[in-house]
Amino acid sequence: MRLVILDDYDSASEWAAKYVRNRIKEFNPGPDKPFVLGLPTGSTPIGMYKKLIQFHKEGQLSFEHVITFNMDEYVGLAVEHPESYHSYMWDNFFKHINIKPEHAHILDGNATDLVAECDRFEEEIKKVGGVELFIGGIGPDGHIAFNEPGSSLSSRTRIKSLAVDTILANAKFFGNDISKVPKAALTVGVGTVMDAREVMIVITGAHKSFALYKAVEEGVSHMWTVSAFQYHKKCTIVCDEDATLELRVKTVKYFKGLMEVHNQLVKDLDVKETQ
Amino acid sequence: MAACSSSSLRHKEKETTSPEPIIIRYTNCKVLRGGELKDGDVWVRDGLVLDPMKLFFEEKKSATVTYDCHGLIASPGFIDLQINGACGYDFSSFSSPSEAREGLETVSKLLLQHGVTGYCPTVVTSSKEYYQKFLPLMETSVGGKHGAAILGLHLEGPFINKSKKGAHKEIYVQDEELTKERILSSYTTLNDMKHNISIVTLAPELPGSDDVIPWLVDKEVVVSLGHSLSDLETAERAVKNGASLITHLFNAMLPFHHRDPGIVGLITSLKLDQRPVYYGLIADGHHTHETVQRIANNANPQGVVLVTDALPLFCQERQTELFQLGEMMIERKGNKAVVAGTNNLAGGITSMNECVAQFYEATDCSIQAALEAASLHPAQALNIKDKGHLEYGAKADIVFLTPPPSQGGGDRREGERGFDVIATVIEGEIVYESLSAVNRLTVM
Repeated sequence: MRLVILDDYDSASEWAAKYVRNRIKEFNPGPDKPFVLGLPTGSTPIGMYKKLIQFHKEGQLSFEHVITFNMDEYVGLAVEHPESYHSYMWDNFFKHINIKPEHAHILDGNATDLVAECDRFEEEIKKVGGVELFIGGIGPDGHIAFNEPGSSLSSRTRIKSLAVDTILANAKFFGNDISKVPKAALTVGVGTVMDAREVMIVITGAHKSFALYKAVEEGVSHMWTVSAFQYHKKCTIVCDEDATLELRVKTVKYFKGLMEVHNQLVKDLDVKETQ
Repeated sequence: MAACSSSSLRHKEKETTSPEPIIIRYTNCKVLRGGELKDGDVWVRDGLVLDPMKLFFEEKKSATVTYDCHGLIASPGFIDLQINGACGYDFSSFSSPSEAREGLETVSKLLLQHGVTGYCPTVVTSSKEYYQKFLPLMETSVGGKHGAAILGLHLEGPFINKSKKGAHKEIYVQDEELTKERILSSYTTLNDMKHNISIVTLAPELPGSDDVIPWLVDKEVVVSLGHSLSDLETAERAVKNGASLITHLFNAMLPFHHRDPGIVGLITSLKLDQRPVYYGLIADGHHTHETVQRIANNANPQGVVLVTDALPLFCQERQTELFQLGEMMIERKGNKAVVAGTNNLAGGITSMNECVAQFYEATDCSIQAALEAASLHPAQALNIKDKGHLEYGAKADIVFLTPPPSQGGGDRREGERGFDVIATVIEGEIVYESLSAVNRLTVM
């Protein structure tokens, strides 16, 4: 596992965005060779999306041959509801870039047969050859996507009841009315994300520092689902200083010592070094 | 008049194989929507504003044509509820049916340059013969490349108060008791199934108004109060009876007095059973002093409706200096129109987009408030639900304007005030483009 530690939220977002940019460009996607990207929602990735949009507007990056799969969506929330993940993806990313509508996949939380919808989603991922790079974020309790503590680490896309903590935290987006907060979601499983050829998890803020500690320094546990990625062949965690508060000094120093190596991964590809 | 098609020729050329309706995306603009001005896009299909998120996720479709709007404001098209004519044509003194046709065509076309996508040709107090002959000729029509939509007539008079006749001809004023029969003998088209009368300006103090106002409202006519000596109480009763508009506030009514506010008092009255009242304001900087525009707007920002009250002298192409209006000679004096040889204002010669700019500067309101006063509010005053805004499903009538300098709109020459019309769109079709503009819409 690679742990990339940046000074603050903005530089972590920028690093993550540059990494995604470089991975897509090096892959050199085309009509017969699309780049398959897994995407998260939530407050953490907003900065990364902004940067990716900027790269696109500057002409550095095209999403024409990029296929995306989102991690999750609420059950029973209208697509046009401002808190739906469809709305989130549209407002924060899709409407600003040149992705093709048929290439953007988000689980349909209003499907009549939710189980079939989850199976279909897994099928779709398989059909395009699996996910090349899955980007994720986590909750303070270490959940990845809606794989709440206690979820099976080999879980697949399925319906998941939300933890009370999550429902309470979401109430502020639904007029503080608990009855309006969705109680269930469709989510990719930990196993679904584990299948991706590469995983990048962005973790920022002091409130996520305990989860980061659990992810990096403790053993694999289904109570901290993010810890499963210790078993992934190619996983990068991008975090800011605040998120490292619970890590040992030794751990932080070790990974910080590798920053020069890490930064090679996000160099501007088209710009020749001028030294 | 032929129904307008939702796609222009320019669009059709692009449409080669696909039989599906084309989807137009106007991108990179500041869109006025929901009372806010935000960076964004306007998507259009079949002449209607489209929800692009639904299009993306549900229909999996993208735009057929994309226009880069280079940061221009995308406002709902302007609607002028009071315009007497332009380019030498006077809606109240046509001499022949062919002149009436020419006149309406010319004015409709001209208004596109000023971002007006719909208007109410205004006929001032006229003879019964004139009404009989010409009202049936001034039909409502849809807008398009040929010109702005005609949203029905505004009949200003003849049921008004002689003492506040303004520039109307006294001999044709009918200030006897208002009866249905008397009204029908002038407004000859009113009994038609789908009549062409949208607004009637009358003086509520005339006897019989309590009966005819509800009757007119029932016929889907907007009753506007004006050219009147009415006190506040009478005006309030008229509103409770269904009147919902005030014709050019402050002009041709009793001056505002703090113990007897007259019709002006309606804009802050609490005795209207919660009914909204809209008021026309000639915001050309001459008819209503800017401090008074501020008073009105601060007191009732939801009701303000900018009108040009434009005269036949108002014209871009012909630089006429003198014009015969009925029996009066009107003279252009600077940027005002006055009765020849005097300083008495005779009506407006300022375009709608200039009125918006003037109102924005005079009242220091937000850009969106200034634009809504020329789009949303007049549409609401006419009870038109699908115009005057750019919500999803609305008619895609759009005017693209340069932002005022405070918005830091890129390269601009000194002294520019913004609100220049760069392009006008009716039901999705570009019907006017400014040829001189640097920041034109470009196909991406």
